[in-house]
Amino acid sequence: MSTNTENKRKAPAGERVADWADGRLGIYSLAKANMRKIFPDHWSFMLGEICLYSFIIIILTGVYLTLFFHPSMNEVEYAGSYVPLQGQLMSEAFNSTMHISFEVRGGLLIRQIHHWAALIFVAAMLVHMMRVFFTGAFRKPREVNWLFGFLLLVLGMFTGFTGYSLPDDLLSGTGVRFMQGAVLSVPVVGTYLSMFLFGGEFPGGDFVARFYSVHILLLPGIMMGLLVAHLILVFYHKHTQFAGPGRTNKNVVGMPLLPVYMAKAGGFFFLVFGVIAVVSAIATINPIWAIGPYRPDQVSTGAQPDWYMGFSEGLIRVMPGWEINLWGHTLVLGVFVPLMIFPLVLAAIAVYPFIESWVTGDKREHHILDRPRNAPTRTAFGVAWLTWYFVLLVGGGNDLWATHFHLSINSITWFVRIAFFVAPVLAFVITKRICLGLQRRDKEKVLHGRESGIIKRLPHGEFIEVHEPLNQEQLHTLTAHEQYEPVELGPEVDENGVRRKLSRGEKLRAKLSKGYYGEDSQIPKATADEYKEITSGHGHH
Amino acid sequence: MSSQDIPEENLPSEQDAAGHTLQKTADTDPFADPGLPPHEHRVQDIDERAAKSSERTVALLFTISMLATIGFIASYVTFPVEKIVYIWPLGHISALNFALGITLGIALFCIGAGAVHWARTLMSDVEIADDRHAIEAEPEVKAKVMADFAAGAEESGFGRRKLIRNTMFGAMALVPLSGVVLLRDLGPLPEDKLRHTRWAKGKMLVNMNTHEPLRPSDVAVGSLTFAMPEGMSEHDHDFQKEIAKAALMIVRIQPDDIKDKRELEWSHEGIVAYSKICTHVGCPISLYEQQTHHALCPCHQSTFDLSDGARVIFGPAGHALPQLRIGVNEEGYLEALGDFEEPVGPAFWERG
Repeated sequence: MSTNTENKRKAPAGERVADWADGRLGIYSLAKANMRKIFPDHWSFMLGEICLYSFIIIILTGVYLTLFFHPSMNEVEYAGSYVPLQGQLMSEAFNSTMHISFEVRGGLLIRQIHHWAALIFVAAMLVHMMRVFFTGAFRKPREVNWLFGFLLLVLGMFTGFTGYSLPDDLLSGTGVRFMQGAVLSVPVVGTYLSMFLFGGEFPGGDFVARFYSVHILLLPGIMMGLLVAHLILVFYHKHTQFAGPGRTNKNVVGMPLLPVYMAKAGGFFFLVFGVIAVVSAIATINPIWAIGPYRPDQVSTGAQPDWYMGFSEGLIRVMPGWEINLWGHTLVLGVFVPLMIFPLVLAAIAVYPFIESWVTGDKREHHILDRPRNAPTRTAFGVAWLTWYFVLLVGGGNDLWATHFHLSINSITWFVRIAFFVAPVLAFVITKRICLGLQRRDKEKVLHGRESGIIKRLPHGEFIEVHEPLNQEQLHTLTAHEQYEPVELGPEVDENGVRRKLSRGEKLRAKLSKGYYGEDSQIPKATADEYKEITSGHGHH
Repeated sequence: MSSQDIPEENLPSEQDAAGHTLQKTADTDPFADPGLPPHEHRVQDIDERAAKSSERTVALLFTISMLATIGFIASYVTFPVEKIVYIWPLGHISALNFALGITLGIALFCIGAGAVHWARTLMSDVEIADDRHAIEAEPEVKAKVMADFAAGAEESGFGRRKLIRNTMFGAMALVPLSGVVLLRDLGPLPEDKLRHTRWAKGKMLVNMNTHEPLRPSDVAVGSLTFAMPEGMSEHDHDFQKEIAKAALMIVRIQPDDIKDKRELEWSHEGIVAYSKICTHVGCPISLYEQQTHHALCPCHQSTFDLSDGARVIFGPAGHALPQLRIGVNEEGYLEALGDFEEPVGPAFWERG
């Protein structure tokens, strides 16, 4: 250090380490761009953080569990400390999960943290995705990151499913059987897929070991890569923000990563972990000792998958049992149709950003978030999708609804069958109307001010409510959103009098655009002229 | 304020130390962006005593965390793993799990709470605006990249030397096939494995619980009995696979109540035997309503009428449960008169 520059001051140790690293990794350039990076503040922006932190918690606890878990289906006789199961035959997978739960000190806690964190992870991803959806944060330049996030959700569901199946208990084994039955329904190759997946006939002796490598290596590995890419893009694009005074599409207003978000986001990791630890201390999850080891000829009532698979359970439960037998072959529509709708439900929300950008034809970057009311068609679509999803969740728990609310299971099933088609449409119409109502209220507020609740009696006896004019910050915030014009198809005949051929796509786009931005789909926001006329001309109302 | 003299520009908040709302070009555009509102001081920014108090709160939270970690270690050492305690309102729970979870939770939560409190009360909360830059590259950059790419492609001769290009595509397309071929040994071919079970002519029906062969007198009207073929043991290495197909449920119905002619033929004194595996996706059917003779699968609620050929009367199953033809052997035990005539369990393409 001092050999070449004897007059250079002796730098502190931290700086010398940083110098060393900078010479090899270029960390100063990296820190220049990111150390004081600005992040805007809004409660809904922490939903994504919950996803990230629960993922880290799952990995930490998962690694611990692999130290004790035996992914084997060899049959053993239980000789552990849990008396009711002693002497029972079970797979080593189940036996080692019992060992983790009853003999390893803290093992049960880590298992429960792992499972609770998994449920929270998927739930947080769905809610985070809804936040991004309803605020239009998926628009250019963030469409790719939307897809990364969507893939994380789907992979998260399957990682959850494979992990849930590992203990080889009666409940999860029933879930695996369900999956195998669904695989069998695939035309032409179903039986082959099933044989290859299970190494022979169900249940065979292989699926736990196979699911294990998928659960701890393949899927989490892919997810880790997607997650890093997701975060890099969040940094690269800079976070979106809501409209407000001083907040434009060209800036990002908030507080710096160092120190505020280092402390807030870093601290939030510990808050999430702490809450999950307490939940795992007081709320039992997946008590496999009470469920028992898997036997293909046994089942308990009230069998339910983890919540994120509930909508697929709903699909399979309410589908009529159609089977077509032709030329010696069977087309198992009753199972295969739900199996095909399952990815379609997810894809419906995933492709939405691309449909919207096609309809708007908007190629600009968007960094200011929409308030859901200001994008009524999008909001209505999102609520319709959520309604669809929750109708299917109800279908997935039709037996629980029946027993808890003393309803007929047949009527619940029929309700779900009808609601599957009707409820999203109703939700769409209602949500759109609510959005338009809220837009009208915003316009009213801008033009006439806020209702103050003060009733004033005028000299001639008339009672009026005093409206307080909004200040400029509020006026700006309420009028900052852009409103699109519907796409015009243009004249059908061109300048030379020749009929223009309109492609079907163009016509559809014009129709959709009218549906999105036509007269019935948005309330023109207050203009400065309207405002001036009201405020100057007739005085305040 | 002074800011009224400077229209158009968004004023930095520092210039408005008095904390008044900035008034801008309200005459020209009432909705114009007034710029960042001035920073409002928190009590900790002005009052050092309040700041000290916040500091103490943060330090207290971090101290609680330390104590909780010590508590975690102490619990780990002290509580025996099998100790069960009663804690209201949780009931009887593992003392160790509870103690470890609560102490770990507190230790973690207090670190988080301390850090967040520190950030919210003591770190600067002045909002800063950073500029955004377009993600898209400038046209010059794009032009340079296109030129570079064209030069690279030209130098490789990729477009010119079609033979190289085509054979390379061929090789790249074929090489993953090796990986696909390797998957072949994941499992055997289906062949007719799903068509046969362990049932065969002369196999006695063994009670699943008692492991004793069943006599007709063991099956009472209204009861539901589960059975497996004789010669199977839970200790067999392929027991799980076999029971997944062979599991049988037996009920006794008054012969007059049996509506299906074939069902009656295949029964013995009103005792009928059906596959226990649901024809929907393979759950074991385990609920039986003796008055109506309905059997219900608890997984997806497919309901079968066992007095009418086990046809589906509700739910997502696509076809009736296969029936096993039974009789009585010379010693008076129930026996199968053959295997199931159709595959049991979920339907599949080759089922026909």
